[in-house]
Amino acid sequence: MGITKQKAIELYSVMVKIRMFEEQVQDLYARGMIPGLAHLYIGEEAVAAGVCGALEREDYITSTHRGHGHVIAKGADVRYMMAELFGKTTGYCKGKGGSMHIADMAMGILGANGIAGGGLPIAVGAAFSAKYRNSGQIVACFFGDGSSNNGTFHESLNFASLHKLPVIFVCENNLYGISVSQRMHQPIQDIAIRATSYDMPGVVVDGNDAVAVYEASLKAVKRARAGEGPTLIECKTYRWRGHHEGDPNLGARYRDREEIEQWKKRCPIKRLEGRLLEERWLSRRKMEEIQKAIAQELDEAVSFAQQSPYPAPGDIFTDVYVAG
Amino acid sequence: MRQLSFSLAINEALHQMMSSDESVFLIGQGVKSPWYVGNTARGLFEKFGPERVIDTPVSENAITGAAVGAALVGMRPIVVHPRMDFMMYAMDPIVNEAANWHYMFGGRSSVPVVIWGIINRGGEQAAQHSQALHSLFAHIPGLKVVMPSTPYDAKGLMISAIRDDNPVIYIDDRWLYKIEGDVPEQIYSVPIGKGIVRKRGKDVTLVSASYMVVESMKASELLRKEGIDVEVIDLRSIKPIDELLIFESVKKTGRLVIADAGWKTYGMAAEIAAIVAENIFDELKSPIQRVTLPDVPAPASSALEMVYYPNATHIVQAIKKLLSGKEAPWRIKSVS
Ligand SMILES: Cc1ncc(C[n+]2csc(CCOP(=O)(O)OP(=O)(O)O)c2C)c(N)n1
Ligand SMILES: [Mg+2]
Repeated sequence: MGITKQKAIELYSVMVKIRMFEEQVQDLYARGMIPGLAHLYIGEEAVAAGVCGALEREDYITSTHRGHGHVIAKGADVRYMMAELFGKTTGYCKGKGGSMHIADMAMGILGANGIAGGGLPIAVGAAFSAKYRNSGQIVACFFGDGSSNNGTFHESLNFASLHKLPVIFVCENNLYGISVSQRMHQPIQDIAIRATSYDMPGVVVDGNDAVAVYEASLKAVKRARAGEGPTLIECKTYRWRGHHEGDPNLGARYRDREEIEQWKKRCPIKRLEGRLLEERWLSRRKMEEIQKAIAQELDEAVSFAQQSPYPAPGDIFTDVYVAG
Repeated sequence: MRQLSFSLAINEALHQMMSSDESVFLIGQGVKSPWYVGNTARGLFEKFGPERVIDTPVSENAITGAAVGAALVGMRPIVVHPRMDFMMYAMDPIVNEAANWHYMFGGRSSVPVVIWGIINRGGEQAAQHSQALHSLFAHIPGLKVVMPSTPYDAKGLMISAIRDDNPVIYIDDRWLYKIEGDVPEQIYSVPIGKGIVRKRGKDVTLVSASYMVVESMKASELLRKEGIDVEVIDLRSIKPIDELLIFESVKKTGRLVIADAGWKTYGMAAEIAAIVAENIFDELKSPIQRVTLPDVPAPASSALEMVYYPNATHIVQAIKKLLSGKEAPWRIKSVS
């Protein structure tokens, strides 16, 4: 089972899109044009691309505060994302959610969550529904190393395994929860070992290798669709930026510059580029074309967001309850 | 007197109480990293070390529960939740365990824990990062809830909360952190359950707590220029609540406006309105007004945030509305 040329190019394009989106946000934030808390995904692109690359459009994901990458990989429209980040009425949540809360039910994006560990039970419930409806859908649930210490992690894995629910728990171990290193927040190195307690497979993958993440996810997807239950996939990765934009010096107050530089050398995009060139699946020129097309799409997204209106004051009262 | 910021007043209380009482320790997310809890934890880790300043994993439920357990057998823990939205995972140890313990076990043991939740809103962070949830806790028998508005009270109430033998929910607001004020250097306490009149006035009683006291003072200043004399009461504790102070004032002014940073329905403002109506209804010259959040979750967009949070302007409007009505509707009815 190797990755196909087409899939490899797809993963590449998705990663580039995430990277460029985040760089755009970084720039807009620095210029004071985007407010709020923007938690960027730069450096971790292979995880979202690899996992979502193994999903079908009908499948679901739950996402986190660091969710831009997840939702782009699952097919969110960057125009509506950007508008949401700007707080505009054309955004995915009509300006009510902001950076930490992108959802697109049509794409199976159930919602990015500002509560660390909040998404796990929700993913389990969606998987329960899929199983109950016999729909064949599965759920990929993203969460971080820090969030794996929340009781919701343990309760969710236990319940999902007990009922053999079609869910993939994707732990993005970027070695930190805010400023707290993994060493300081849990006594284990491999979060995947916790799968044993819940009698499900626990896999460690290189989270900067999109192909490896994709292949591990495919296996988990197969298992989930066959009714055999959940899998825990731990992706070892690293965020290049601070915890959120505005965290000074890229978080150098709590981690070595040297460490940051080392991880930057393991850029997930460069890595797949290497493979694509080696296999002669994609030329440099074609890569540049992909980047250009994405740059244009992002330009349009920013213009769309800028030109969109802000919500009217009265909109504050809409959508509290379902009408009727 | 010496001036100190609100956040450093808390910091001083923690330093002094940890120095004077070895059973006091601080536990919560970010306590080692000064930027995360403002500068309220400054220097604590360096001074008291990892045994007494414990930076925790994302495990609000277990950490708060553990603090309750430690309090049960000899410690005086302070659990900090740098954003009170995240404290919702700790509802069980707070509501089912800490609050009930003394009563449920026939008064034979107690839980002297301080659970410190920080209101941290604005900045387009949306519904899960903006909530002022004090009224939830004030609803629960067995809990005390304090909400300082000045640096002096921030320190004094933290000290009282630590010394109290009951579970105390200490709630502060990040919007207060930079405010400077008089703070004595020694250890002192501010009594829990006692409010204070921040400004004397005769036309209307304005009751608030925490950050809304700042907006209330602004409003009273704006109204003074228009010849309206507002009496501002800072509750400082919302449970137990200083009923007598409110009653005395309302008896004098005959009018009551309550400003609260929480939601309207079933909230702090509703409770104050109820106790006044129950006890001194006949003293009221006009209906009670509440200035609160609208009953909707916090939005992200700046365009919506602007209208979401109640401020001095809203208070001024409410007071003017109240003063423009000649008589309370029920009085008019009883005359006719
Ligand atoms: C219940 C809860 N507690 C605390 C927080 C504050 N918080 C925001 S992000 C974060 C770190 C999460 O770390 P991790 O899960 O590793 O995700 P990462 O930011 O590294 O992607 C924390 C503790 C929160 N959002 N929710
Ligand atoms: Mg992390």
